[in-house]
Amino acid sequence: MTSQASVSTVEVAEEPIVKRLGFWQKALAHRTFVFSGIILLAITLVAIFAPLIAPFDPYFQDIASRLKPPFWHDTTVAEHLLGTDQLGRDYLSRLIYGARISMAIAVAATLMSAIIGITLGLVAGYFGGWIDTAISTVITTRLSMPIILIALAVVAIVGPSLTVVIVVLGLLLWDQFAVVTRVATQQVCARDYVTAARVLGSSLPHILFKEILPNIRAPLMVVATVEMAQAVLLEAALSFLGLGVQAPLPSWGLMLSEAKTSMFFSPWLIVLPGSCLFVLALAINLMGDAMRDLTAGGRG
Amino acid sequence: MLTYLVRRATMAVVVMMIVSVICFVLSNVAYDPAVGIAGAQATDEDVALIRKTYGFDRPLVVRFVEYLGNIATGDLGTSYLSKRPVIEMILERLPVTALLAVLSMALALLIALPLGSAAALWPNTIIDRFVQLLAVAGQAIPNFWAGLLLIVVFGVQLRWLPISGSTTYAHFVMPAITLGTFAMPPLMRLVRAGMIEVLASDYIRTARAMGIRPFQLTFKYALKNAVLPVISLSAVQLGFMLGGSIVVESIFALNGVGYLAWQSMTRSDMPVIQAIVLMISMIYIVLTLLADLLNAYMDPRLRGSRK
Repeated sequence: MTSQASVSTVEVAEEPIVKRLGFWQKALAHRTFVFSGIILLAITLVAIFAPLIAPFDPYFQDIASRLKPPFWHDTTVAEHLLGTDQLGRDYLSRLIYGARISMAIAVAATLMSAIIGITLGLVAGYFGGWIDTAISTVITTRLSMPIILIALAVVAIVGPSLTVVIVVLGLLLWDQFAVVTRVATQQVCARDYVTAARVLGSSLPHILFKEILPNIRAPLMVVATVEMAQAVLLEAALSFLGLGVQAPLPSWGLMLSEAKTSMFFSPWLIVLPGSCLFVLALAINLMGDAMRDLTAGGRG
Repeated sequence: MLTYLVRRATMAVVVMMIVSVICFVLSNVAYDPAVGIAGAQATDEDVALIRKTYGFDRPLVVRFVEYLGNIATGDLGTSYLSKRPVIEMILERLPVTALLAVLSMALALLIALPLGSAAALWPNTIIDRFVQLLAVAGQAIPNFWAGLLLIVVFGVQLRWLPISGSTTYAHFVMPAITLGTFAMPPLMRLVRAGMIEVLASDYIRTARAMGIRPFQLTFKYALKNAVLPVISLSAVQLGFMLGGSIVVESIFALNGVGYLAWQSMTRSDMPVIQAIVLMISMIYIVLTLLADLLNAYMDPRLRGSRK
């Protein structure tokens, strides 16, 4: 439907990109880029080095010290900085391991959908004609089915697990990649360097992936951030509804769901994982905005 | 205009067909309906008997044609659990979901229109910054978390609002805020971008030169044109909300279609799930079709050129 698929023009490189130094110089002077970059870097490091950072085993249950409040309460237990959950597991450790799950799902699902969407978009934009019509129909169909509903329905049939969540999201989040790639490819195809490659007899994969793709990557990076944020929030929503990551894995969404019953007396149990989700999604979105800013016009 | 209309409608019909194929595959190929009807305790003989009596052993093509015929006559199947026609169950709950969607949409527009316009009138000021921050934050906040926080603050600590159920209008306040926050950011961005573009156009400059008061200029001349794309996005967002309502309704136990969908999913009640997916997708397809046609009708430039 045009309303969603109606990206009529996107910013693509005027000339084949040769120099890239300019980007980093501009980026490091861009406040939003630096701010969101630091947050994302921090979360990524926490996710990678979770076993080294976490003070406790995130799965270890200590029934004797359940629902201990975090450090800003008077009744806190010194060793549990952010308190414990309803099974006496250290909340800080679970939050740290939760970063792993969110990041893993975001990266894997986005990568998968990028491959699907970019391939579809390149083929549709390059060939045009009936191939374009067919692929556009597929894109429109995908856009007309609400992601969360389809994801839940499929998980309900297949059965929930971490892998299922990644695959389902990867198979659903490709639409904007396809839409943007298609339009950008159409624009780039008319450029001289593509014609030159064609005349020189380059193979089709070479033209698509070596000539066209590198020159449309700026808008695709922006799409990637949008989809990553989407993947983080969708995973959390699926897990929250009980049809995502399964216990005892420490997914932030699942932690929110588990905390639902005790949230009236222990509100930090929902404040903390929710804040983590919010900060991660916010940082990814801000990064996307910064990249849109940096890559739009005035390319050095 | 006519060719555009025909092409656009054809697309919608084709997409509807594909969606119904997907729903059929979901409920009949990916999932064995005989097992669903027989229930968890059934033996293999029971399942085989059911497969024969219900005709699930016939070729898929025959069953798909029958499925299409049933949809056309408004028969969306029977729930495995309640044994009631699915269409009845959905229609019963549709008003709740529709009310929630409309209220959320109204709320989102009520925030997006004035704030988006303000940001466009004074770009790069503190107002603009605030509006952009609000949009980014609204986009990043997990809506189920927002719902839980509202429950804790306004439902439990302050006791202003009821936290679950759908009997009075008060029950809709928090769900509408939750869902409205989710729909607001893209609308606000679009209002801002549209207004900036319109305000820079020649006819606004002319109007300004003619001495038309700024207030009138903004809301009578500029907003009217900037609002065009907002209309079609609103339709799209309304469709998204029908999907998003599943999360919000399950938090607040609003007895709408989303809540029904969630309950059916946790109990693997396939006919209901499939019917809701089908129905919401159809509503969405119709909404976007109407939005595009309305857009084309209101903006004559779109009639010919639009692909």
